[in-house]
Amino acid sequence: MTSAPPGGRGEVGLFVTCLVDLMRPSVAFSSIRLLEAAGYTVVVPEAQTCCGQPGYNAGDTRSARTLARKVIREFERFDHVVVPSGSCAGMVRVHFPELFVDDPAWHARAGALAARTYELTQFLVDIAGMTQAPGGFSGSVAYHDSCAGLREMGVKRQPRLLIDSMPDVRRVELRECEECCGFGGLFSVKYPDISGAIVQRKCEHIHASGAYAVALGDLGCMMNIEGRLRRTGDGLTQVIHVAELLAGE
Amino acid sequence: MEIRSMHFVDRVRERLDDPELQRNLKRTRGRNAAARAASLGGLDDFDAVRARATEIRASVLRDLDLWLERFEREATARGATVLWAHDGDEACRLIIDIARRHDVRSVVKSKSMVSEEAGLNAALEAAGIRPVETDLGEYILQINDNEPPSHIIMPVIHKSREQVTELFARVHGTEPKTDIEALTREARERLRPAFLGADMGLSGGNFLVAETGSVAIVTNEGNGRLCTTMPRVHVALTGIEKVIPTLDDLATLLRILPRSATGQAISNYVSLLTGTKHDGDADGPAHMYFVLVDGGRADLVGSDFEPMLRCIRCGACMNHCPVYQTVGGHAYGWVYTGPMGSVLTPLFQGIGNARDLPQAATLCNQCGVVCPVSIPLPDLMRKLREKQVERGMRPWTERLAMRAWAWAAARPWAYSACARAAVRYLCWLAGGRASIPVMGLAPGWTSQRDFPAPAARTFRDMYARQRRGRAS
Repeated sequence: MTSAPPGGRGEVGLFVTCLVDLMRPSVAFSSIRLLEAAGYTVVVPEAQTCCGQPGYNAGDTRSARTLARKVIREFERFDHVVVPSGSCAGMVRVHFPELFVDDPAWHARAGALAARTYELTQFLVDIAGMTQAPGGFSGSVAYHDSCAGLREMGVKRQPRLLIDSMPDVRRVELRECEECCGFGGLFSVKYPDISGAIVQRKCEHIHASGAYAVALGDLGCMMNIEGRLRRTGDGLTQVIHVAELLAGE
Repeated sequence: MEIRSMHFVDRVRERLDDPELQRNLKRTRGRNAAARAASLGGLDDFDAVRARATEIRASVLRDLDLWLERFEREATARGATVLWAHDGDEACRLIIDIARRHDVRSVVKSKSMVSEEAGLNAALEAAGIRPVETDLGEYILQINDNEPPSHIIMPVIHKSREQVTELFARVHGTEPKTDIEALTREARERLRPAFLGADMGLSGGNFLVAETGSVAIVTNEGNGRLCTTMPRVHVALTGIEKVIPTLDDLATLLRILPRSATGQAISNYVSLLTGTKHDGDADGPAHMYFVLVDGGRADLVGSDFEPMLRCIRCGACMNHCPVYQTVGGHAYGWVYTGPMGSVLTPLFQGIGNARDLPQAATLCNQCGVVCPVSIPLPDLMRKLREKQVERGMRPWTERLAMRAWAWAAARPWAYSACARAAVRYLCWLAGGRASIPVMGLAPGWTSQRDFPAPAARTFRDMYARQRRGRAS
């Protein structure tokens, strides 16, 4: 896998995402470690902020377009752009081009960036050809599919393949694993009762699986699931980003 | 039907607090989705059939007026009368006129969602005409004081067998029966005289076939066939968007509709009804009418929402929707429920009357993935959210928050300062604990879950520090 010298396989632009920046910096550091282990030089553009998804999903397309232009300007110089989030990657891959259907110049730039943007595990497996995760972790792990990762980016096999490469990890599947955890961005705050009932089901499936840890690829799902587990008295089940799992020491 | 979608939040709370409904939802959850998944194996190439079905429906909408004219010509040539209704009220008036013209006193109905839109039963009763619902689910709802359906193809999915047992015993004055076969027989015994005595049969229409002027009806109970062939008058009531060009197209759509709906390769009955009874026909109505309703549909042609008109009413979107599966159909407050209802209700009943529906979705896109005619339901909900923003319908707090976020995120220095302040505030709230149980700024979040505490510093601060360390 890493026959190339460190950094010899070219540059990758890492889009950290605002939630990782704010909530869980270790996810970004783990992503850097994984990408470097795969032989890439990782560049983190300093002025990056947010992909604009909150505004976009709230119907504020004007501000979504402003932020999309900013992301495109900052990342279009890279051969590959990697995002440790299925939903932010999906925003770039699927929705950026949609935002500029009436603006040919920006539509072309959005399309070019979209074609080079990957969710982290997708990049590691499909582009970098990683077959062995470098980290160590022991225990049973369930992988939770995030909706955008699964249905917008096609992330399903890649994280499972890497998790299965870890010798001391036993992977278990969740029942209804393709069902939403009930996060939905602002939905979780606007309709807390519905969101809470949906995430409760997810937590029950997690408990039924007997997993010691849940690994996932999106901070939104992570905060939602971890928050509900803790609220309902489960202080034990680890909720961990897949980057942290795969890179863990 | 009167719209109650503006009370969505209260209706949701009531449904979440209804243990019986929650038990019923839990019992049926995933059942239809599993049946659908199992049945798709019977199609040689689901994606190809889906693409073809999508193209058939999309192509009709490009020339909707021409296909409707063709349908009218062909149906008229075969002895039927085609009537156009601007809205549900006009549809009711037309049907009452037909009933009066033919001296109709009782009507047997097979399932029609457009008749729910129009509130036809109430209109018929007010005109002194007795409507009898003959679909078992619809019959159960009708005898339960005209309860509205909670699902477009399984109208009574929110009820348990025990509730039906109790209802039948109470309304029919019979011994309580718990066996489904016995319950069905009891309903059948009640319905048989209604069929025999009815002057008019009213059906919906799954498809209108333009080349033959026929209506296709997909049912499982056989009541649709009785309604449309025994009485002397048959009225097919449906929406103008249901037209398709040819019988070949019908064959394609029939491969995907029952599979998407109930997981059946084909429904128990597929009726193709063409014209009035002619010499030599064994049965059929002496008079056949089509009442085709606009009801907001024509306005969608050529708009961002045109793809919604492709809908073939299979219900797969709600069968796969985490929100629908949690709150049930009645919470949505009008005829159409789940994702397709969250798009159609504001479009047909006014965006301001159903503000919550397109917002109350996680945009998980399970619905979009299973839709047999590839309607991008989450995109359409998002477009409805855009319309709400454009019309100033969102609360000022939300508008302010969105604006402030967009302003800061466009300016790295402001974003950085806000992020730092937010992390400090959250760490202070956490007070060294791993999570925050109460958060004033997002009470919705902490009403249901803790808020995990962030790390002590933002990534950008840690990363900058690390790089400075390496450089020195």
